[in-house]
Amino acid sequence: MGEKKKIVRVSGVTKNFDLGRIVVEVLKGIDLEIEAGNYISIMGPSGSGKSTLFNMIGGLDKPTAGKVFIDEVDVAQLDAYELAWLRCRKIGYIFQTFNLIPVMTALENITIPMTFAGVGDDEAVRRGMALLDQVGLGGRHGHRPAELSGGQQQRVAVARALANSPAIILADEPTGNLDLATGEDIIRLLKELSSTNGVTVISATHDYKMLNVSDQVVWIRDGRVDKIQQREELDITTGGLSSNH
Amino acid sequence: MRRLVIVPFRKSLQMAWQSLRVRFFRSLVTTMSLVLAVAFLSFIQTGSDIAGGLLAGDGATYQQLLLQAGYDLSTDGNSIGGSAKQRWIVFLSLLVCVVGIINAQLMSVSERFREIGTLKCLGALDRFIVRIFVIEAALQGLAGAVTGALFGALAAILAALVRFGLAAAAHLPWPEIGTTILAAVAIGTLLSLLGVLYPALVAARMEPVEAMRVEQ
Ligand SMILES: Nc1ncnc2c1ncn2[C@@H]1O[C@H](COP(=O)(O)OP(=O)(O)OP(=O)(O)O)[C@@H](O)[C@H]1O
Ligand SMILES: [Mg+2]
Repeated sequence: MGEKKKIVRVSGVTKNFDLGRIVVEVLKGIDLEIEAGNYISIMGPSGSGKSTLFNMIGGLDKPTAGKVFIDEVDVAQLDAYELAWLRCRKIGYIFQTFNLIPVMTALENITIPMTFAGVGDDEAVRRGMALLDQVGLGGRHGHRPAELSGGQQQRVAVARALANSPAIILADEPTGNLDLATGEDIIRLLKELSSTNGVTVISATHDYKMLNVSDQVVWIRDGRVDKIQQREELDITTGGLSSNH
Repeated sequence: MRRLVIVPFRKSLQMAWQSLRVRFFRSLVTTMSLVLAVAFLSFIQTGSDIAGGLLAGDGATYQQLLLQAGYDLSTDGNSIGGSAKQRWIVFLSLLVCVVGIINAQLMSVSERFREIGTLKCLGALDRFIVRIFVIEAALQGLAGAVTGALFGALAAILAALVRFGLAAAAHLPWPEIGTTILAAVAIGTLLSLLGVLYPALVAARMEPVEAMRVEQ
């Protein structure tokens, strides 16, 4: 187990937000190592700093102190072009609010990251269609986001996140805006992708359904890692929980 | 770590065009003030072109008519004196129009914050965002300026024919009118580009984290 590649390494990360009069300490020293190919859930109460940690891992925000390594590269050392490359090729983002480009069709949404990566049009369309099939939306390529349901939009977003075969998928509450059943579909889809494509999925969530599919659950409390549970321990605790109820 | 390739211009153009087409009504509203200002500019300028043409073609007939119509003739009565007041009004209308464009484009940037943030998460460079906005403004500017210039010139020609009679048609100075239209189109497009510069910079500086924001 310990021999597997560490795709994400977070070391001593703190994050303060300077609000002028007061400084809010959101992250108070996070150390975390994530193995390639795992499905990780980050759980914690609202306001515990999950999204903040996420933005650091995704290279969207800079830590106040400490370092984030993606694939052993220090994110803070990257210039604008390299950072764009990282966001485009290494990481796929999935948002709670789907964030499809409203003026574009499903297929066009999926092919934007490929365009940014320099993939030719024909190749992009071919791969985009294959991805749509993979997320179960074959035939809906010409639809705009407004013509798709929330769950379908999130599927398109999942396909878009996969566009450049990233090593990591970052999903901040991907099921937050979906009903139970649809949320489960998306979770199953993510899990499937993580096992078949070997993508590392990191997802922040309030959603206990996520626990069942996770290889590892990181509990964040008040800006610190509270505990990290492996899959095996989870089965016991969730089993224990349900018997208590 | 490798670097990102630059998106080909054709692809940016396609994206900008699509964005305008789908948001057609929104784009129309943004362009409206430009159409009006350019039409005004073109109307005034074509009007004095025509007056010049009439004087040159048949000064004896038209000198009096032009004076009655309120044109300022130069002291020798052979050419049209540019009225400072008129130029001032045209200038003001163009200025107001640029401010209007800046306002409309800033609004469009804040409406599209999620889209811009998302594009950045997907690997868009700042310059790509600027480019998209500039191309959109150029297309809008061109379309709006052409419409405005043609309308203004047409209105000026019709007004002249009504005022000075159909015979005036023989003296219309087409080359000058053509130049005026071209100049108005150029000025209109430039104004549209001028108006988008600051909003495009605001958009490019937007942080990708914005895409993550949940509250509307
Ligand atoms: N840009 C910011 N400026 C100031 N404070 C911020 C900013 N972003 C986050 N915070 C604060 O940091 C804390 C953690 O926020 P964060 O969004 O990371 O929580 P979260 O764990 O994702 O919560 P939720 O489960 O509700 O999404 C909150 O108290 C929030 O007010
Ligand atoms: Mg959050």
